[in-house]
Amino acid sequence: MIHFVVHEEGDSVGTVVVEGIKTGQNLTGWIMEQDKMVSLPTLSDIPIGHKIALVDLKKDDTVIKYGVDIGKVIHPIKGGEHLHVHNVKTKRW
Amino acid sequence: MINKDTTFMGYRRANGRVGVRNHVIILPVDDISNAACEAVANNIKGTMALPHPYGRLQFGADLDLHFRTLIGTGCNPNVAAVIVIGIEEGWTKKIVDGIAASGKPVMGYSIEMHGDHETIMNASRGARELVQAASEIQREECNIAELWVSTKCGESDTTSGCGANPTVGNAFDKLYEMGNTLCFGETTELTGGEQIVAARCRTPEIREQFMTVFNRYQEVIDRHKTSDLSDSQPTKGNIAGGLTTIEEKALGNIQKIGKKCLVDGVLDKAETPTGPGLWFMDSSSAAAEMVTLCAASGYAVHFFPTGQGNVVGNPIVPVIKICANPRTVRTMGEHVDVDTSGLLQRDLNMDGAGDKLLEMMMRTANGRLTAAEALGHREFVLTRLYESA
Repeated sequence: MIHFVVHEEGDSVGTVVVEGIKTGQNLTGWIMEQDKMVSLPTLSDIPIGHKIALVDLKKDDTVIKYGVDIGKVIHPIKGGEHLHVHNVKTKRW
Repeated sequence: MINKDTTFMGYRRANGRVGVRNHVIILPVDDISNAACEAVANNIKGTMALPHPYGRLQFGADLDLHFRTLIGTGCNPNVAAVIVIGIEEGWTKKIVDGIAASGKPVMGYSIEMHGDHETIMNASRGARELVQAASEIQREECNIAELWVSTKCGESDTTSGCGANPTVGNAFDKLYEMGNTLCFGETTELTGGEQIVAARCRTPEIREQFMTVFNRYQEVIDRHKTSDLSDSQPTKGNIAGGLTTIEEKALGNIQKIGKKCLVDGVLDKAETPTGPGLWFMDSSSAAAEMVTLCAASGYAVHFFPTGQGNVVGNPIVPVIKICANPRTVRTMGEHVDVDTSGLLQRDLNMDGAGDKLLEMMMRTANGRLTAAEALGHREFVLTRLYESA
């Protein structure tokens, strides 16, 4: 069972594609572009469609998805934590 | 496996363009001609009325777009013949002449000085002749590159960006190499990813045209916005579904143009491309509006990836729905033509998903009704630029 997908190697985030992910679960992820599997324990409950951080991120770090900059970190995030509007914001506005 | 020698059975029209359907349409110039058009379509089986709410007191660029959209709809290669009905003679003739220039059979009728009854009688006579002639047209073998394909996504969520949209991108990359004519748009929803699209433009001139169109839209937003758009883009729905920033949403959107396609030109709304390649059309992100514009521009088939389940169709263009969200496929399966939810469980890889879509494209081109066609979704929605005079 694949719990999250990563668009390509180098992305800082994966997207959870199943329901019911709870803190402490050991998740299996699939890096789609390079067709590789990874695993990661989750430090948060993460809803389907939401993102999980793949690495530790510091404040003001750039978040990479699809190989490009999709925003900046506004609160430090540990790899395995839920990544969303509470800790990442657009650089645009 | 589709390649440059693949063929499909299509309808070759007088101007050489190829369609995959053979519609006879009853086209109103304006809203008050809808009733007569619907009566004709009821009288003559096998014809289809396209009622709409506009066409009176429009002016300037908005009026030009109205004519361009109606004429383009009539000229689309999926249309065999057209009956045009308007309240008065001048604008009716303008549309008839525009469609006649494509070499297609077209007849026009105006209601003033005649009334509904007489107009309906005369137009029904014309429609009967046209539909009987159309019913004898045979499909012939055509090369795959003669199929024009457009795309727009709708009701997107994060499965769109990871699944359904890159499936379209993979298919587009393959069609692009075979010399097809392709289209994408949704000016508004590239915000955050516009530099990526700009970098894919083939020449500096095209890049400049694209940025001009994009910035023109940004100015509209700046003029009308009341806050920092945090409730509008991404929307509350997008955020609940997992999209965090506008860049992430735009990047998901841009997956539809694959990795290899270059942007070969920029089109105004409903403008027809002048050669093969990938064209960017300045267009609304509202589903029915954009599909209507693509149909008016001449595209014969439309790829519509969806996450949450958009049900839109079009009267003359088959809209193929692609979905990678397993919950949507389960709860709204009647609307889905290509199920790529296997992508998110590694039962399918991206090449396989792209090929699955191309296979459905071939079946659709050869006659398979899409879900939207079978369900009777015929959304015909005109884009307006501003209020009538």
